[in-house]
Amino acid sequence: MNARFGLPHPLLSFALFFVWLMLAGASAGYVVLGLLLAWILPLVTRGFWPDTPRIKKPWKLLPYTLKVILDIIIASLTVARLVLSFRRKPQPAFVCYPLTLTDPMGITMLASTISLTPGTVSADVSDDHRVLLIHAVDVSDDQELIEDIHDRYEKALLEVFQ
Amino acid sequence: MTLAIELGISILLIIGGVFALIGAIGLARLPDFYTRLHGPTKATTIGVGSIALASFAYFAGANASYDLIELLIMVFLFMTAPISANFLAKAAMHLKVKTTDNTRGQPWDQ
Repeated sequence: MNARFGLPHPLLSFALFFVWLMLAGASAGYVVLGLLLAWILPLVTRGFWPDTPRIKKPWKLLPYTLKVILDIIIASLTVARLVLSFRRKPQPAFVCYPLTLTDPMGITMLASTISLTPGTVSADVSDDHRVLLIHAVDVSDDQELIEDIHDRYEKALLEVFQ
Repeated sequence: MTLAIELGISILLIIGGVFALIGAIGLARLPDFYTRLHGPTKATTIGVGSIALASFAYFAGANASYDLIELLIMVFLFMTAPISANFLAKAAMHLKVKTTDNTRGQPWDQ
């Protein structure tokens, strides 16, 4: 297909089309409009997407998402207890997390996961994309946190992206 | 709508409200800027998540319309909440906001 009028990002077009249908409803006119938008928007915004994210095994994202949701619930309860307990002072820490993921999309997803699970927020990525700076609200052992994130999330994401 | 669905919706709404409240208490009680960042991220993930789920269950139960808009709200919240938290943290690091005395480690400069 011609590079100027083709689909530069098929996955993005697909996602746009489905989000549009979910928002607008599935009548015939909206389907046509949705197809048009899914074709034109990736073309217009092509400059913002320098390289196509490569998700090698997208089906592995589903168990990952379920695990993350479960972890969010468990971790929320832990942090809720921390916020409501008046006696104990939290022990915050900045932790440098060494990344094994190299794919930018994978790093983004890992950082988002870390921020979504309560108790940790990813603050920054080093310029060479090797280290992630994480702020944890209450952690006693940095090494344990690093290993925990590696075993729970990064391994699963490595399988998706490599 | 059966009693079971109504009960489920009520429980979800209460959970959502409680977590939004805990997030707000955390915002007020935690010692410094970075630890306060954790309050709002929690309120969006569990709080808004379960309220959106309750809304989804209500409309599915009331007039059997399976609108997926609530699920979209959750998806977009889950995509944007970490980014706003990240920008707040980056801005704080740039301005060298003070951390509490017992914080281990340092934010870096680049």
